[in-house]
Amino acid sequence: MTSLSRTRRTACAWLTALSLGLPAAGIAQEKFIVVASTTSTEQSGLFAHLLPVFEKQSGIKVRIVAVGTGQALDQGRRGDADVVFVHDQAAEEKFVAEGFGIKRLPVMYNDFVLIGPKSDSASARGKDLHEALRKIDAAKAPFVSRGDKSGTHAAELRYWKTAGVDLDKSKGPWYRDTGSGMGPALNTAASMNAYILTDRGTWLAFKNRAELGIVVEGDTRLFNQYGVMLVNPAKHAHVKADLGNAFINWLVSKEGQETISAYKIGGEQLFFPNANK
Amino acid sequence: MLVQALTEAISLLLSGDGKLVKIILLSLGVSGLATLLAAIIGVPLGGVLAVARFPGRRFLIACLNAAMGLPPVVVGLIVYLLLSRAGPLGPLGILFTPSAMVLAQVVLIAPIMAALARQIIEDTHAEYREQLDALRISRWAATATLIWDARFSLVTVVLAGFGRAMAEVGAVMIVGGNIDGVTRTMTTTIALETSKGDLPLALALGTVLLALVLAINALAAWLKEWAVARYG
Amino acid sequence: MAKLPVLRLENLTVGSRRAGMPSILANASLSFAADDCTVILGPNGAGKSVLLRAACGLLPITQGSVAWGPANRDGLPPFALVFQKPVMLRRSALDNIVYPLLHGTIHRAEAYARATQALAQVGLAHLAARPARVLSGGEQQRVALARALVTQPQVLMLDEPTASLDPASAALVEDIVRQAHASGVAVIWTTHRLGEAKRLAKRVLFVDGGQVVEDSPASRFFTQPATLVARAYLQGESA
Repeated sequence: MTSLSRTRRTACAWLTALSLGLPAAGIAQEKFIVVASTTSTEQSGLFAHLLPVFEKQSGIKVRIVAVGTGQALDQGRRGDADVVFVHDQAAEEKFVAEGFGIKRLPVMYNDFVLIGPKSDSASARGKDLHEALRKIDAAKAPFVSRGDKSGTHAAELRYWKTAGVDLDKSKGPWYRDTGSGMGPALNTAASMNAYILTDRGTWLAFKNRAELGIVVEGDTRLFNQYGVMLVNPAKHAHVKADLGNAFINWLVSKEGQETISAYKIGGEQLFFPNANK
Repeated sequence: MLVQALTEAISLLLSGDGKLVKIILLSLGVSGLATLLAAIIGVPLGGVLAVARFPGRRFLIACLNAAMGLPPVVVGLIVYLLLSRAGPLGPLGILFTPSAMVLAQVVLIAPIMAALARQIIEDTHAEYREQLDALRISRWAATATLIWDARFSLVTVVLAGFGRAMAEVGAVMIVGGNIDGVTRTMTTTIALETSKGDLPLALALGTVLLALVLAINALAAWLKEWAVARYG
Repeated sequence: MAKLPVLRLENLTVGSRRAGMPSILANASLSFAADDCTVILGPNGAGKSVLLRAACGLLPITQGSVAWGPANRDGLPPFALVFQKPVMLRRSALDNIVYPLLHGTIHRAEAYARATQALAQVGLAHLAARPARVLSGGEQQRVALARALVTQPQVLMLDEPTASLDPASAALVEDIVRQAHASGVAVIWTTHRLGEAKRLAKRVLFVDGGQVVEDSPASRFFTQPATLVARAYLQGESA
């Protein structure tokens, strides 16, 4: 029994130390904000390039929670993030209109690319996105959709509509709704040799390409605008408005914009700053 | 691919990459603390369920057995909604921190430990019952005695919980947010690298994780064997 | 026999209440004095163990009552029970013996002193620190005896304590019990070993089919058993 109570005492001491120590390590020691953003910005490596520059200058740590645009906006709505940095203009404007965000600022754009098998079974290759989508639909060639209410998913649905394809009618086994992030969806497309819409950044950083290649790029419709907004402190009092604004202001500043331009993969620029346009 | 993963895993470890070490330490720390807390809750709970007789006991046991099969994602979602600023525990402000991951893992593995501990303690109780009754030991004291006497088997239970916590990804991804340098564990890194299509790196990390879990299980087996030889 | 009984069983019945189902133990009314050394004999399944267990509260009683003498002042039970197969806790021999005392009202230091003394009494002082579960069967049974005696019970009950032991170990156990009885502990002992019974018993209870069929002084029982079953049992055993 001696050893039992000794064990218990030691365990209690450890426990107290650890449970006090862990959250303290996370919260008390450093200035930080939580930014809800998209998998495309995180996985393309943009944040790994941007944040060290900002952190060094401001002393503010930026914690990126990378999810789909829909979920990122939801986290902002629940007050779980200080700043939301996403790419679905319509949803962002709604977010601000509802009072959850203060003001939406455009930051940059990248572009989407239509990816498909190098053999191009639907003969979709070209400069015109709408034409390509119609050909894929006509050929019923396998197509992988994110299906996760992300910004990319929203864009894809918009493109089908503007291309005049009624997805509800022509959806079939060829159209795979995966409900997953950009990377997993690309993995799926690679294994199925399917067409897929993705942002260029994720595509350039993606390694498991198998037989896939770019089918359509450069169509102006493929531009993908990113916006940033502070979560409204009037809705969630704990939002770190000062630190959040510091990050937002830096993103749209000359220096921030230049840092965005400077990020390249294999010599290719991924994101094009347009905050002041 | 597998050979490549293995060699990459070894070179990853040998390189002593600070980031990787930090990820491994975070995984061990979060799962270790969660295991400790879950053991403090789960083992006595298992003991009480093994020894005490009260109305609703069977129902509680059935609930525990069901909880063993809880999908981690569901646990993650529930803990997320609890800890979210808009949720009841929002004021704590621990969402997207290691503490949130610890909490999620405790919810995930405490029922497993309780259910396994109950089985082991019940077996020990079957052996000890008459002797303890003859000594007129109270139920509470008997429970403590049984837990102590089953300690070597219970270590296996605790390590099983630890293994599950280490290998879990769904819950910690949701409540931790997979923030680089803060809440990025081995499993969330593996998920991230997989989604980037960097399968060899993901597999290499997976190999490291597998080796860790294997080592822990080997340790548990060895401890049990040693204890049986030493203490009978 | 002017002394108060240390244990009195009134009409003790264990087993089914339902009609047609035989009781495991029926209507046992017995009284044990402080200086009794009672051996319970009877064939397997006769109800010997049931009698001990029911008296100690290990089995639910269907009917009747069990009354013990005055409570032990240390907050410990007035009896101790030793089983055929000793149940050793997963800790040292000494810690096994001190275990019941730590659940009474005795101070730790005194408890350890008493346990050390009890271990010496059964001749195992040198094994104090040894894990109890790796001891031999005979040593384990002596640790169990020390654990029983350390509580200073008024009645020491033993359920076939020597049945699994070699003759030398059995003799050691018998000696320890004899000494305990000499120092004033009432003993109730079930066994199949008639030699042991003859050496120890002052009083013999013969149980058969759940009934106490004979309750005699040992001297008379072994020479002139009153019942046919007892006579047959004695002949069978000695043959």
